Amino acid sequence: MSDRVTLTIDNVQLQGRPGQTILEAAGEAGIYIPRLCHLAGLEPFGSCRVCTVLVNGRPQAACTQPISQGMVIESSTEQVREIRKDLIDMLFVEGNHFCMFCEKSGNCELQAMAYRFGITAPRYPYMFPARAVDASHPDIMIDHNRCIRCARCVRASRDLDGKEVFGFVNRGPHKELAVNAAARLVDTNVDVTDRAIDVCPVGALLKKRTGYAVPIGQRKYDHTPIGSEIENAGSQ
Amino acid sequence: MDIVQAVQVRYGCVGDEAVDLIAATVSTPRVRVASLVSFYAFVSGRPRGKVVIRLCNDIIDRMHGSARSALAFFDDLRITFGQTTPDGMISLESVPCIGLSDQAPAALINDVPVTYLTSDAAHDIVTQLRVHMDPQKLVKSFGDGNNAHPLVRSVVRNNIRLPGPIIFSLGVRGEAIRKALGMSPAEVIRTVKTARLRGRGGAGFPTGMKWDFCRSADGARKFVVCNADEGEPGTFKDRVLLTERADRVFAGMTIAGYAIGAADGILYLRGEYAYLRTFLEDVLAARRRDNLLGVAILGKKGFDFDVRIQMGAGAYVCGEETALISSCEGLRGDPKTRPPFPAQKGYLGFPTVVNNVETLCCVPKILEEGPATFGGHGSQGSSGTKLLSISGDCLRPGIYEVELGIALNEVLRLAGADDAIAVQVGGPSGQLIGPKDYARKICFDDLATGGSIMTFGPGRDVLKTAACFMDFFVDESCGYCTPCRVGNVLLKERLERIRSGRGEPGDLEYLRRLGTTVKTASRCGLGQTSANPILTSLANFGPRYEAMVKANQDGFNSAFDVRAAVSEAEGIARHASVIYPQGIEER
Repeated sequence: MSDRVTLTIDNVQLQGRPGQTILEAAGEAGIYIPRLCHLAGLEPFGSCRVCTVLVNGRPQAACTQPISQGMVIESSTEQVREIRKDLIDMLFVEGNHFCMFCEKSGNCELQAMAYRFGITAPRYPYMFPARAVDASHPDIMIDHNRCIRCARCVRASRDLDGKEVFGFVNRGPHKELAVNAAARLVDTNVDVTDRAIDVCPVGALLKKRTGYAVPIGQRKYDHTPIGSEIENAGSQ
Repeated sequence: MDIVQAVQVRYGCVGDEAVDLIAATVSTPRVRVASLVSFYAFVSGRPRGKVVIRLCNDIIDRMHGSARSALAFFDDLRITFGQTTPDGMISLESVPCIGLSDQAPAALINDVPVTYLTSDAAHDIVTQLRVHMDPQKLVKSFGDGNNAHPLVRSVVRNNIRLPGPIIFSLGVRGEAIRKALGMSPAEVIRTVKTARLRGRGGAGFPTGMKWDFCRSADGARKFVVCNADEGEPGTFKDRVLLTERADRVFAGMTIAGYAIGAADGILYLRGEYAYLRTFLEDVLAARRRDNLLGVAILGKKGFDFDVRIQMGAGAYVCGEETALISSCEGLRGDPKTRPPFPAQKGYLGFPTVVNNVETLCCVPKILEEGPATFGGHGSQGSSGTKLLSISGDCLRPGIYEVELGIALNEVLRLAGADDAIAVQVGGPSGQLIGPKDYARKICFDDLATGGSIMTFGPGRDVLKTAACFMDFFVDESCGYCTPCRVGNVLLKERLERIRSGRGEPGDLEYLRRLGTTVKTASRCGLGQTSANPILTSLANFGPRYEAMVKANQDGFNSAFDVRAAVSEAEGIARHASVIYPQGIEER
């Protein structure tokens, strides 16, 4: 049995290693599959579905689906792109995302994803939910308006920090991030040096007094689209 | 999970203090307990009354006048849904299908089912409860069969209209297990494969193959789980099987345990069927006494198997097998990532087979009479018989055991629903079809169904039905993945806009596109089917939608409600709009 697995993504043949996910194998080959909930180093979660691909015609999340020999994968076809745009739109209208005065602007993966897909305004109606801000902690704040339920902080706190500061409560449209205390973040054992505080893809989990250390215009996605680091690494 | 449920039963809620205590007692982070408590409908963070009246809000109950009972409850209790009387005694809730569509309108009063509700009955219930606060005392007469059993004592009726030769077969107790134990586990699996038994829960996965995967998977322990979380609206077959054929179901579990090499079985019983629990425990105890469960079953050394009952707590998604496993593990009922599949890594990480009640009930017959008898029923791709739960506008609602491959119009004739204008096959996650499709066959290759058949007579509104089902999916989504959590809300919003007469022609394509995305991108079976009420009614009842979204003759955008748009500004300005002082119609 070979230790290489051959598969095809958008008519490009590539090889991966057994046990890799589609997303990992694609990344090593310089093919960027858009993702929001996934972050290298954290257990794959598969909630945002932005990495949806068609595997032999069947939809799968690239971040959780292991590769297998002979897979034929569609990732950047029109059909898949439209599904991803729908999902990004949904994440925008579900919360309250006001990029123009969000301190994460330019470093926000959701915003960057919208730019990558050429989304200027969502096609779905805004829900404008009433959500809270938890600024109880002296160094960290949670702005629930921007949370996309990706569970990066949940996983990082549990698996990297060994703490489990975060979790989810309620279900369906009411599902929301909660902290390991009756109500407030300050009552948990979170620390500003926790890995969990650094992994938020949006501006839901922020370190206080650091917001404008890097000016707008010089931020991560201000000049290069999200995913280009993977694409550029592959083309070298 | 068991602790949380016990606290709920004893104290009427699992409040902040209880969450802290439970977390400390079982040494788990508080947020995990809070997550669990907030997930299940039958568990509450806020105090509920000593008695909780749960009125079923399913479309079938609405068609049979549940609104009248609701009004009677509102009047007498002076509260509405989601509220508790000021004295803290009685709460009123509106809940999805409780598995009694054949005797709608129905409600659960704590665990006690009440059926065929009327406004008079509702008044009477409140009057009695005010006196004794004991739901069981409301039961004045018993239903047929084991519903009258001393451990059930329920008003529920079985309504078995057509018992068939396989699933309702009684057999000789212990016979099927004896036959199975005379074979090797591999032979048992081969027998089930030869019978071509497929899962009866709706998905139709070949049972023998599932057992085979689990048997060949590595694991220090293995588990058999019986999925009795019958939550698909309009389905109630498992209720009847557990009432009348519990022994057959447990025999099926035992045979599955022998086949895959499991010593432990779990019956995951939906919270709505809690009234059957004591009875089922008694059936299990009797089987232990007779050595049909326990150590060295029927003298077979090395084959030990027992079953415990895990109660659900009001979450439709837990009928999805990986969510069901999460729930058994004491977690919120989020589906798990697949692969790995349960047969490889299921309950607590051990290889697990999850089978439907009805599937397991087919197994003894296959062992008793051989696979050929079973395979002789039904059709080539769909062998055996199938239970249908029929409700709605029909003369004879109830349970029918039919040959797979039967045409839908034959089913409608049996049930007395010849004039149906629409039939929902397979519940909300299935499809809404019209008369042009009544010749289609009920089987895995055509109209696949877990057994829910809801019939709608002349004058019923298919858009209302679709809206009712979308409410259901919005409420029952676990919220894990984006398309299901957000998409269903958006689908419902646009459907309501159309229903209110403010739709526009482009809305139909909007629904199709959005529905397709939800179907394609969702993580589990719930999201993958949740758009079906809209997608299938659009496909089969297109003209009903088109009539609602005619383009406006005057060129105005009918979706735009100018009054609503200016109302907030009017509030701030504290005077009526100068340009639009009245409604647009009067202009």
